[in-house]
Amino acid sequence: MPADDWALELRDVSKAFGGLRAVDGVALAVRPGERRALIGPNGAGKTTLFNLISGELPVTTGTIALFGQDVTRAAAHRRAALGLARTFQITNLFPSLTVLENCLLAVQGLSPVKLAMHRPLTRYPRQEARARAALDEVALGDRAGATVKQLSHGEQRQLEIALALAGSPRLLLLDEPTAGLSPGESKTMAELVKRLDPAITVLLIEHDMDIALEIVRHVTVLHYGRVIADGTRDEVRASPLVREIYLGA
Amino acid sequence: MTLDRKVFAGVTALALAGGVAPFLPAYPLTLLTQAVIVAVFAMSLDVLLGYTGLPSLGHAAYFGIAAYAVGILSTEHQVGLAGCLGAGLLLATATAALFGLLAIRATGTYFLMITLALGMVVWGLAFRWVSMTKGDNGIAGVPRPELGLPWSLSAPLPFFYFALVVAALAWAAMGVLVRSPFGLGLRGIRESESRMRALGYSVWLHKYLAFVISGFFAGVAGVLWAYYNGFVGPVDVQLVTSVETLLMVALGGPGTLAGPALGATLIVFLKNFVSVYTKRWLLILGAVYIGVILWAPRGVLGAFRRDAR
Repeated sequence: MPADDWALELRDVSKAFGGLRAVDGVALAVRPGERRALIGPNGAGKTTLFNLISGELPVTTGTIALFGQDVTRAAAHRRAALGLARTFQITNLFPSLTVLENCLLAVQGLSPVKLAMHRPLTRYPRQEARARAALDEVALGDRAGATVKQLSHGEQRQLEIALALAGSPRLLLLDEPTAGLSPGESKTMAELVKRLDPAITVLLIEHDMDIALEIVRHVTVLHYGRVIADGTRDEVRASPLVREIYLGA
Repeated sequence: MTLDRKVFAGVTALALAGGVAPFLPAYPLTLLTQAVIVAVFAMSLDVLLGYTGLPSLGHAAYFGIAAYAVGILSTEHQVGLAGCLGAGLLLATATAALFGLLAIRATGTYFLMITLALGMVVWGLAFRWVSMTKGDNGIAGVPRPELGLPWSLSAPLPFFYFALVVAALAWAAMGVLVRSPFGLGLRGIRESESRMRALGYSVWLHKYLAFVISGFFAGVAGVLWAYYNGFVGPVDVQLVTSVETLLMVALGGPGTLAGPALGATLIVFLKNFVSVYTKRWLLILGAVYIGVILWAPRGVLGAFRRDAR
């Protein structure tokens, strides 16, 4: 497969914080439409890797390409413009804005409308319709007028996803979408991710192995910043190394 | 409060001020004029502080530079209103555009310190560049502009209405700005910069534009101030002016435009009445500020406003 057919390609990516190599020589290639899970114990470097891919942190060495385009030095908002969207493990919303305003920010983020300052928001009905549609998709339509602070934790996690989806991304990075959710809510969330448009490439960090394996077919295992296993879920499950360090069996 | 009711309340307040003005004695009318002008200044700072979350401690710089431009041009070169207004706004905006390049790189306390330092540079220029600014003496005898109307702006009442109209226009413009898609972006940046970047916003560009626009409106207030006061001096660009304006925003309620306008009015009247009785006016202002932080951390308006449902 030629290089520019990958949705996401990391080559020898490392990130050092002082003497600590949080991410160490990671190579990763994800096909368009693929659903891939990134698993590993606490401190394995999963979230750091997401921050490198999304551009929140600069890499120490290595290259990152999105849809065949080198973005190693590109700012986070430029990567978003190429179709990359992400959610955050620790809920990262706009707490004192309403749910609808949160979603409007996501909808206008990739459009030149975001710089319009001569007319009030109410004069952009198309943006509002798109924002409401994104909310309906995660079943938050009837909470549009509430502020984020008034939402339950589960609803906030749903809004995290809604913001990421509102910009119609091609590659979606989900950082522990079920963090802090009850088993019932986790199941709903897993269903939501499974229902996503199959054209969207999804890279998922998940602590809960059962949830991860329910959603994806392909798994990459990270340990101390290195990729130690990569393959189908059955191959990874069968790997003695993974069993030893991750499953503790 | 819904948008319509806010607009209604704002228009009512302006109409009320315009309605009572003819019946006011000279001194309260002077204070009301001052309040209207300072309100524009406080609102311009609120675009940065309340909406974008950038606490500038050097905002008097843009206010003062516009005032100096008017002072120098109208006394030394007899330039009229259009020329003074244009030059004042251009210089204030250009200074903000330059200072923004230096300040927007920093956040939080560091942003505060850089804006403070830049403000001190302008104060230093006003104080030391004697050939241009007349230093400590300041520029006296700034003439009121002639509009070609039957009423001369040298009289207090016509000038009050002139200031009120300009302030109303500035308020309306800033009101549209903070309610525009761009304004929503500013509030998003206040709440979470990292999320804004992930959504595709160039956070730097948004902040920079807010900084420059805020400088422009501070310039509008500065132009009015030079005409109102008839005098421009280093006191207009000094740190205390910046701090006082910051307190007006905090007192009234950051993140609302009416709040800073209210805060400006309260402080202008309080300052002038209290300073009749004591020289330690700043002590009282400090006490008021501590009271607000303790009992109404979101300002006077914020205290009365419940979260929208």
